[in-house]
Amino acid sequence: MTTTRINRCFERCRAEKRGALVVFASVGCPTLKESEELIDRLIDAGADMIELGVPFSDPMADGVTIQKSGQIALSAGTTLPEIIEIAKRIRQAHPETPLILFSYYNVLLNYGLERLGSDLKAAGVDGVLVIDLPLEEREEIMPMCEVNDISFIPLISPATSTERAKQIAENCNGFVYCITVRGVTGVRNTLPPELSAELEAAKTACQLPVAAGFGISTPEMARSVAKHADAVVVGSAVMKSLIEEGSNAAVTLVAKLAKGMR
Amino acid sequence: MNTHFGIYGGQYIAETLMPTLIELEKEYLKAKNDPAFIAEYRDLLTDYVGRESPLYYAKRLTESLGGARIYLKREDLNHTGAHKVNNTIGQALLARRMGKTRLIAETGAGMHGVGTATVAALFGLECDVFMGEVDVARQAPNVERMRTLGARVISVSSGSGTLKDAMNEAIRNWVATAENTFYVIGTVAGPHPYPTMVRDFQAVIGTESRRQILEKRGKLPAEVIACVGGGSNAIGIFSAFIDDPAVKLTGVEAGGRGLHTNEHAASINGGRVGVLHGCKTYLLQTPDGQILEAYSVSAGLDYPGVGPEHSFLADSGRVKYEVINDNEALEAFDTLSRLEGIIPALESSHAVAQAIKSAKNYSPDESIVVNLSGRGDKDMENVANYKAASKKSLEK
Repeated sequence: MTTTRINRCFERCRAEKRGALVVFASVGCPTLKESEELIDRLIDAGADMIELGVPFSDPMADGVTIQKSGQIALSAGTTLPEIIEIAKRIRQAHPETPLILFSYYNVLLNYGLERLGSDLKAAGVDGVLVIDLPLEEREEIMPMCEVNDISFIPLISPATSTERAKQIAENCNGFVYCITVRGVTGVRNTLPPELSAELEAAKTACQLPVAAGFGISTPEMARSVAKHADAVVVGSAVMKSLIEEGSNAAVTLVAKLAKGMR
Repeated sequence: MNTHFGIYGGQYIAETLMPTLIELEKEYLKAKNDPAFIAEYRDLLTDYVGRESPLYYAKRLTESLGGARIYLKREDLNHTGAHKVNNTIGQALLARRMGKTRLIAETGAGMHGVGTATVAALFGLECDVFMGEVDVARQAPNVERMRTLGARVISVSSGSGTLKDAMNEAIRNWVATAENTFYVIGTVAGPHPYPTMVRDFQAVIGTESRRQILEKRGKLPAEVIACVGGGSNAIGIFSAFIDDPAVKLTGVEAGGRGLHTNEHAASINGGRVGVLHGCKTYLLQTPDGQILEAYSVSAGLDYPGVGPEHSFLADSGRVKYEVINDNEALEAFDTLSRLEGIIPALESSHAVAQAIKSAKNYSPDESIVVNLSGRGDKDMENVANYKAASKKSLEK
């Protein structure tokens, strides 16, 4: 089996004895053009992997910040075809940075799964993460991922049992997204004390790299979580800087996060 | 349990809630087969809700139309004034059985919120009701009722500030609180097992209606008509007649200002298949898969989706889904009030309007059963405003 960009990304970080920094951005916030520039700069600032957030009208798993960044993106008229175009250009500029499409299922379903698979592959997108497609429903999209060599990134949560986590990781090859809290996305001051134990258990159960996400907001939190996870995902904190203070602030935050993890 | 209705339904929800749903399905199955649970549910329906509800022959309405005899299933006479309470009692009993101490609910017209606040008071449970800010404004009497019953009403300003946004917010809250909180969904939508569970709790409407019409007429009705927002009252009454192929089943969607406008709530007649709030079903959405705001004069039908079983029944052809616009519903609201002395909810007025259209297709020895799902007291101000606005636009 050929190695994937995701595999190689984790290998590089492991060689540097650090966790990977995954940054989520709502594509199209504040505008398509500015968001494309932002993602480019976030990678230069030290993001190892990018989650391309597809805005959705009803983001049930998201807290206020990502609801807002998504609404801004939708008001700017962002659509999935445009997001895929942006992915294509980012891929050309950054040949080794894994790109993960992060979406609610309805937008993908409307686009058409077959067309989605070939378009994502052509654009150089490495994985898809569908927040509302659990183990019970994912068979709808898995064949499309397999045919196009796209990693399906599954999620586990603090409510997931070890047995279920094992099942969830089966037939997946990228990494497992480990939700840190019982709750929605959003900036938080603290994380649950049992998180480190849960992450270690997830690594053992899943036999795949584990990325921890939801609520991780500061370089200190990122560094501390990275001790127990292969990657740390930061989304709301970056979108909050972007919305409240602009692109430069978001880039500065990502640079600090990256530095904190090295 | 079957998690889908054909290709519809399912559990399209974040992993954080999956263990909760799996546990809920398990507990529901146990409860459903536990005679003590069923007995308590039935007793409460009898002594607390006031069931069974009458099947009333609307003689003057029938005579004015000159066709089938029209019977009204009087869910408006239930305690709290609508069919919603049949379901909230069932779910609250289940919540108590599972050791949950807090109920949350979403509400549009406020009837499900009132139904949930009522059972929370009855069982001594904490209760938070999520309600879109637009609905809080247009259903003020129900907001007061919920507060009187001890519930907190949380006004939701995100999105369009209506039922779908209230449901988003309820789900967000539930993700974080599922350990002590039971989410009482008010309609046959949401992730499995809700569409099945809510149908089962509402099936009492159909079971009673079928027996009552047989007692009164000695034969089955030609047609059964119910309004469909999410569709719980409709599934409830249809469920007993599904296997009677001679009985025509008609669901009535809210046409708002007309299907040709974008202002309606007819997900089956004017929507496409998609995924929202945990299930695959017909939805009002843009070509890009963004959910559209629904519109209807009736807050309880103002939802851009529909229960997945309705999508299945629509495709299979067993149920026909018709559309009634605001103005037709308002006319039926007046007609029933003046001919029978029964003020129907605006939701139920859609079903009455459809019956008024259908009656002449049948001979007088046939009958139509209409599910009068709720009473119209809550709508008085809304109706007055609507009439004033229509009058103004006519004068122009």
